[in-house]
Amino acid sequence: MELMIQQLVNGLFLGSIYALMALGYTMVYGIINLINFAHGEIYMIGSFIGYFLIQSFNTWQVLPNAWGFFAALAISMVVSAFLGVVIEFLAYRPLRKSTRISSLITAIGVSYLLQNVMIYFFSPDSRPYPQSIARKTYSLGVIDISNIQLLILVVSVTLMILLQVIIKKTKMGKAMRAVSVDNDAAQLMGINVNRTISFTFALGSALAAAGGMLIGLYYNSIDPMMGVAPGLKSFVAAVLGGIGIIPGAALGGFVIGLIETMATVFGFSDYKDALVYLVLIIILLVRPAGILGKNIKEKV
Amino acid sequence: MKKNLKYNLIWLALACVIYFGLFALYNGGFITIFTDAIIVNIGINVILAVSLNLIIGFSGQLSLGHAGFMAIGAYAAAILTQDNPTYLAFALSLVGGMLISGFIALIVGVPTLRLKGDYLAIATLGVSEIIRILIVNFDELTNGPSGIFGIPQFSNWQVVFIFMVLAILLVSNYIHSGDGRATLAVREDEIAAEAMGVNTAKYKVTAFVLGAMLASLAGSLYATYQQSVFPNDYDFMKSIDILIIVVFGGIGSTTGAIVAAGVLGFLNMYLQDFGSLRMIIYALAIIVIMIFKPSGLLGTWEFSIKRIIDKFSKKGDDQDASINS
Repeated sequence: MELMIQQLVNGLFLGSIYALMALGYTMVYGIINLINFAHGEIYMIGSFIGYFLIQSFNTWQVLPNAWGFFAALAISMVVSAFLGVVIEFLAYRPLRKSTRISSLITAIGVSYLLQNVMIYFFSPDSRPYPQSIARKTYSLGVIDISNIQLLILVVSVTLMILLQVIIKKTKMGKAMRAVSVDNDAAQLMGINVNRTISFTFALGSALAAAGGMLIGLYYNSIDPMMGVAPGLKSFVAAVLGGIGIIPGAALGGFVIGLIETMATVFGFSDYKDALVYLVLIIILLVRPAGILGKNIKEKV
Repeated sequence: MKKNLKYNLIWLALACVIYFGLFALYNGGFITIFTDAIIVNIGINVILAVSLNLIIGFSGQLSLGHAGFMAIGAYAAAILTQDNPTYLAFALSLVGGMLISGFIALIVGVPTLRLKGDYLAIATLGVSEIIRILIVNFDELTNGPSGIFGIPQFSNWQVVFIFMVLAILLVSNYIHSGDGRATLAVREDEIAAEAMGVNTAKYKVTAFVLGAMLASLAGSLYATYQQSVFPNDYDFMKSIDILIIVVFGGIGSTTGAIVAAGVLGFLNMYLQDFGSLRMIIYALAIIVIMIFKPSGLLGTWEFSIKRIIDKFSKKGDDQDASINS
């Protein structure tokens, strides 16, 4: 029982990382109907940027502590946001009018490119992540929680709330919602669609970078291929929650995290990925639009 | 009928010319082990691309699970032939793998093909990952993550070539049959096709099952050529590689799938010299081609001997001629 509660809590932390990434997927899909396969690579690059920043902070003896981590987190989010915008501009924008499958292939190409550039310059080996925040474990009755887990939860929930505020309260958020409903109508209303899409990519990439840095701190190791599996799983999370729906992505992320850790509790840890996909297929069959999605009848 | 016979004979002759051309190259000693591997790989990729094109290009369903079906064929061949290395076991494994793949595709396809667009892609991706994870975990049968070595080598370039020709024949004949036209109608406009009385689910499932069975065949050939199978050879990346061939050649063009498999196969061969830069160049090539030619090399264009002959003989009874003039 204790193990189960402990794993439930662990699932919550893991799920919050998936949720962070799923938000990026869901926003991009909602706005231009593209499965952005390069999203997992932004997550990887975000964690690498953080790694190099923290290392240089340590060597120059500026901010060699928790503040260094937060500074690195902020810079990594900004740089990754910029990278996301550049990728959108160079690779996806020329294909906006062509078929979805060719944009999909381009996204896969970008993802291969980022992986292999990183492998070429920084070797395929995994490297230890600098632990600028010392791990402390608190025991709360039946469960143990480390300060890093708390940090993950606090940072990701803060970012999710911030995102919700941006989308619901700001003018840009309103534009994003408008473009996702009807691209052409939004343009007729005077919304700069290109800028809105760039902004969406920036937001999503910043969240993915934050997720990458947090996971580096949590697992203490990063490598150029680290984005592939979480990328797929967080996309599954986005579909599970209802793709294009922001709270759905967060919910989906937590569900995936919980399924994974629960599978471990019941002794199916070898099958946990299979279980994730199985749940996805079942959900798709029962509610094709996802947990929070609405079923829209296709018009003739 | 007599007319079709003529064109079929020409096709047969063309296949024979290529076959004997390769045969001469092999016997003349121009083919090293390395180029042999490239040629066989191209042949297997042609089967995979043509079968995936049947699902994506002709029935309009995005499937990302081709590697899973390939894995079933590969493991069927590996498990059946490693203990009894006879041609009978090899043939049984080909058929067995295809039947299992077809059955799984049917089970998966019937409910999921109701889903629209990208959902099917995700469902098939999930299925292929589930197949791979099951293979990794069924240690007694599949030897787990370390794979199976020492499979007797049944397929060589000749076997692959024959199956390749058969696969191309099967797919292009299917597309030109009544069922095939119904499949194309479903691709063009599902709702309109349904309104015209086409059983959309039936044709989508048929294309999916047929594609899955051909993928399994290609998997069996690949395993018995390589003489080894590893579960990680059949992961998501493999499905993507096949998808890239299809999109590169032009979605909905069998000729395109064949040409793209060849071009990418040779590109891969020449890129070997670049070592670790290879994948960077490959990725850049994919992006650049997609940006400048999003419809693929050949679009939906098909190579047709009939059209060429008609063009040169300028026969009046040609259907297309009356439309064009």
